Amino acid sequence: MDSFTTLDGLVAPLDRANVDTDAIIPKQFLKSIKRSGFGPNAFDEWRYLDHGEPGMDNSKRPLNPDFVLNQPRYQGASVLLARENFGCGSSREHAPWALLDYGFHAIIAPSFADIFFNNCFKNGILPIRLEASIVDKLFDEVAANEGYRLAVDLEKQTVTTPSGESFAFDVDAHRKYCLLNGFDDIGLTLQQVDKIKAFEGRHRIKQPWLFN
Amino acid sequence: MTAKTLYDKLWESHVVHEESDGTALIYIDRHLVHEVTSPQAFEGLKLAGRRPWRVGSILAVPDHNVPTTDRSQGIADPISRLQVETLDNNCAEFGVTEFKMNDLRQGIVHVIGPEQGATLPGMTVVCGDSHTSTHGAFAALAHGIGTSEVEHVLATQCLVAKKSKAMQVKVEGALQKGVTAKDIALAVIGKIGTAGGTGYAIEFAGSAIRALSMEGRMTLCNMAIEAGARAGMVAVDDTTIDYLKGRPYSPRAEQWENAVAYWRTLKSDDGASFDAVVELDAADIQPQVTWGTSPEMVVGVNGRVPDLAQARNEVQRGDWERAYAYMGLQANTAIEDIAIDKVFIGSCTNSRIEDLRAAASIAKGKRVAANVKLAMVVPGSGLVKAQAEKEGLDKIFKDAGFEWREPGCSMCLAMNADRLEPGERCAATSNRNFEGRQGQGGRTHLVSPEMAAAAAIAGHFVDVRNYQ
Ligand code: SF4
Repeated sequence: MDSFTTLDGLVAPLDRANVDTDAIIPKQFLKSIKRSGFGPNAFDEWRYLDHGEPGMDNSKRPLNPDFVLNQPRYQGASVLLARENFGCGSSREHAPWALLDYGFHAIIAPSFADIFFNNCFKNGILPIRLEASIVDKLFDEVAANEGYRLAVDLEKQTVTTPSGESFAFDVDAHRKYCLLNGFDDIGLTLQQVDKIKAFEGRHRIKQPWLFN
Repeated sequence: MTAKTLYDKLWESHVVHEESDGTALIYIDRHLVHEVTSPQAFEGLKLAGRRPWRVGSILAVPDHNVPTTDRSQGIADPISRLQVETLDNNCAEFGVTEFKMNDLRQGIVHVIGPEQGATLPGMTVVCGDSHTSTHGAFAALAHGIGTSEVEHVLATQCLVAKKSKAMQVKVEGALQKGVTAKDIALAVIGKIGTAGGTGYAIEFAGSAIRALSMEGRMTLCNMAIEAGARAGMVAVDDTTIDYLKGRPYSPRAEQWENAVAYWRTLKSDDGASFDAVVELDAADIQPQVTWGTSPEMVVGVNGRVPDLAQARNEVQRGDWERAYAYMGLQANTAIEDIAIDKVFIGSCTNSRIEDLRAAASIAKGKRVAANVKLAMVVPGSGLVKAQAEKEGLDKIFKDAGFEWREPGCSMCLAMNADRLEPGERCAATSNRNFEGRQGQGGRTHLVSPEMAAAAAIAGHFVDVRNYQ
């Protein structure tokens, strides 16, 4: 996994609540057995005017001019500004894969759905929870200022606006450590092999039927 | 000793190690696997030169991509076929038990686990699928995980997790006739919203829950995720134990007695405290119908599509306006005036034998309305299908004009050939009415199996309580 330390990125706003993972990456693209290449199909049903299927040449498909991410001013954005309960629904990790492949490295919202939130950390994306009133303000500022950027510092746990205003955010110590260093959990967990084996031994004595 | 919740007990009995910030390593007893979220996990495992930690904990089944029509020719779509073959190959390579597409025991992963007794009380159960919450009906701690976590569990038999807060959803009293576990689930979501359970593990309790069958409890826990909670659960009682007795994976002989004695402890202690409590009166719950594009956009069947004036705030107003447009509905339209094009009875929410019996009891001796282009019944597993056929339910459905299909996820998410065309409106017993969920431009209304069958016959939504 890539590490995440700081990011100074162009912000794109997606102004709707409860954006679900079916919308982030529709099911027909889940048939892939790979981890990469989902970016061109991120938000496929909103982004294109035609119906997308795997294997199409996405560069030739008609873009939906009304979809916010298609506006020229948001091209190259790496910070996604979203509303409450972002990433709800299906557990598909294809959603963070698609967002990362599209170019988003940080997502700011008042709240996220649990599984999606978790999946982001496993892929080097930083999901940032900020109060709804701050998110409102950021939406206003993005709308008012073309080229609006935010600076994210994971070590300091801050998001800073172009005017220098800074907002603190929370992040679990363990997740922060993994993200800062680009560590994946499996390697870390395997350092605890002895503990797992010891637990397993005790568990087997207590509930032997679990090991039939 | 302080009183503990069921969730406390399940959590504490699986902690391998806990960090000072509360991040814990949790031991996993049962790992269910399907074809969509596992290929990249197996690939990662192989690239790292690892093998599954405990192969006996894994049960695999293809369900999302399988056709629900004749399977003798295999899967026509080459990409779907490759995904199912990849699962077959991974299972063969590592010696994982798999119920293949043409196995009688094949079915939706959340139907077959309990059906086989592979989901037991006191277990931790994970699957790369959000509706893993279903298995909590057995007083198991069950939740959906992402593909990286699938790989993590394969490699280490553990999951890195933090304890959630505990919510109790208490439903007391008796349900009206025609009102089901599905209606309880939708009513709860209508009340607390799709993010209302975020950060919580929900325990469903109260006399109305205890009166539910295991099928009903599974329906309810299945939809805990639609309320934002990763896990839902119900305490063990006689209903749980009776259901499990004699299942293929259930403990036998003297192990059974020991297991039952332990399982009986799997309930919240008297006086245990919850971080949040939500109470509903069972008698107040109406048959529910979703009108919009999120499960929280739901009203009673006698209700109307809500008016913008009722919206909580600006963001919700925007959501509702988009939902009206997508659903092709206007504010204040009576639910019973909404005509449908298709009916889907199936999915891990409502495709068990009891669901099919309930739907068949409505369809019996009737005909699907002329305006309904397709009404399909997709049993949750091969065994459910066989049982239904033994009871003659297939005949009731076919005589009424329903199609009777092979088991799988089918039109719940339309990864196979079953889908809605743009603009088509469907009464569905599944769990998500998101935009495009059942096919691009498709319009989904979530209901119970009884309500879906009644809508099929009437051609529009009707109140199943008045149904003759
Ligand atoms: S039936 Fe639907 S919700 Fe259930 S596992 Fe299959 S696709 Fe997911």
